[in-house]
Amino acid sequence: MIRVVLPYHLRNLAGVESEVTVEVDGEVTIAAVLDALEARYPVLKGTIRDHATGRRRPFLRFFACQHDFSQDSMEVLLPAEVVFGAEPFLVVGSLAGG
Amino acid sequence: MAAVRVLVGTRKGAFILTSDAGRRRWKVKGPFFGGWEIYHIKGSPADPDRIYASQSSSWFGQIIQRSSDGGRSWETPGGGPTVSSDGMPQGESNKFVYDTSQTGAPLGTHQWYDGTQHPWEFRRVWHLEPSPGDPDTVYAGVEDAALFRSTDGGRTWHELAGLRGHRSASQWSPGAGGMGLHTILIDPSRPERIFVAISAAGAFRTDDGGETWRPINRGLKSDYIPDPDAEVGHCVHRIAMHPSRPNVLFMQKHWDVMRSDDAGDSWYEVSGNLPSDFGYPIEVHAHDPETVYVIPIKSDSEHYPPKGRLRVYRSRTGGNDWEPLTKGLPQRNCYVNVLRDAMAIDSLDPCGVYFGTTGGQVYASADAGDSWKPIVRDLPAVLSVEVQTLS
Repeated sequence: MIRVVLPYHLRNLAGVESEVTVEVDGEVTIAAVLDALEARYPVLKGTIRDHATGRRRPFLRFFACQHDFSQDSMEVLLPAEVVFGAEPFLVVGSLAGG
Repeated sequence: MAAVRVLVGTRKGAFILTSDAGRRRWKVKGPFFGGWEIYHIKGSPADPDRIYASQSSSWFGQIIQRSSDGGRSWETPGGGPTVSSDGMPQGESNKFVYDTSQTGAPLGTHQWYDGTQHPWEFRRVWHLEPSPGDPDTVYAGVEDAALFRSTDGGRTWHELAGLRGHRSASQWSPGAGGMGLHTILIDPSRPERIFVAISAAGAFRTDDGGETWRPINRGLKSDYIPDPDAEVGHCVHRIAMHPSRPNVLFMQKHWDVMRSDDAGDSWYEVSGNLPSDFGYPIEVHAHDPETVYVIPIKSDSEHYPPKGRLRVYRSRTGGNDWEPLTKGLPQRNCYVNVLRDAMAIDSLDPCGVYFGTTGGQVYASADAGDSWKPIVRDLPAVLSVEVQTLS
């Protein structure tokens, strides 16, 4: 069970209150987690990864276990703490404002 | 009993304003999709309860929302937990991917602000135009400029790539707000004829339902274009048409108010005595196709009304002779703007005229512009205003 924490607007869009959980078969990569997330919440397709390129949208970042995965390949393996649900995978919107 | 529903898109959500035919007392509902930019929200002429909204964000991209009950509830078409036949999740109502299969050419580039070539990149839907005859068919004008169509109620979108595939496309360039396709006019007597306008490429027309397109910019003059006969490159802000007379078009260009009597084949200027011929929206009276409305803005360097006086100008002669409409509008210290999609006309008699400002006011006139009142004063900056006349 993978725990995923989404930013406010994506939680609203998906109709969820707090963090969500997804199941991933096979290797737990960023791409696999996002695939599972979009399979469960299709409305999120295109909101985290660009529809055309599949790349992370520019104003979003990925974190887990105090590590910034934003610049890593989508195929990078996530830490065991994420795989076993001890730590969440965080999708974070870049800050705007003063 | 007739009623009116005004659909307002703002920088921070959508609002729905309703009144009876008297148009004196209004109910305000919203925000819907709070915190998101709603570039446009428009109802289907074929089914007024069907409404489409373009919801977007720099962070999360494009969402399409759809209501089938007049805005009481909303859904992202196809966004539910369904799985397609190939096992992949659906949820493609926000998938606007440029189509290269129809043109047979790579995606290509268009001109950037500095004159260099720039790859085509989808950013957002600027305008949604539901079909006059089918509530499940809707057109989307997007940035970077292209026209998409959905025939399944917004679940999936397909580009009418003949437009972007026009040989002039590499010369199209963005206006200050981006290279958006913002005007979509469907000829009600001949639905295969569609007019579109792009900032800053100009106006285009198809006569075959979107397969082929041609620029219709003859007669437009733009000081920043060295070639006086330039086929494209004109910053068209808005085009309006009366449904009873689809060959007559009125245009608010970046500068100049223009008119065409031959479906865009040629244009001539009708700015006449306007205090400024810069502006964004333009609309035609519901029952008199020679009565036209514009809202002059001082200049493209100062996006506010001349002398701080918010005035709608009305011509009853199809242009050239314009009268200021001031009753009920602020005539001092007003420095708001009115954007291109932020004016609309209802079809009651006398017709109602509505516009929204970047200051968050939505003004309404129930007497064809003679007098005005704010329906609501303190919304986020208004991006679009549409109105539905309900029977």
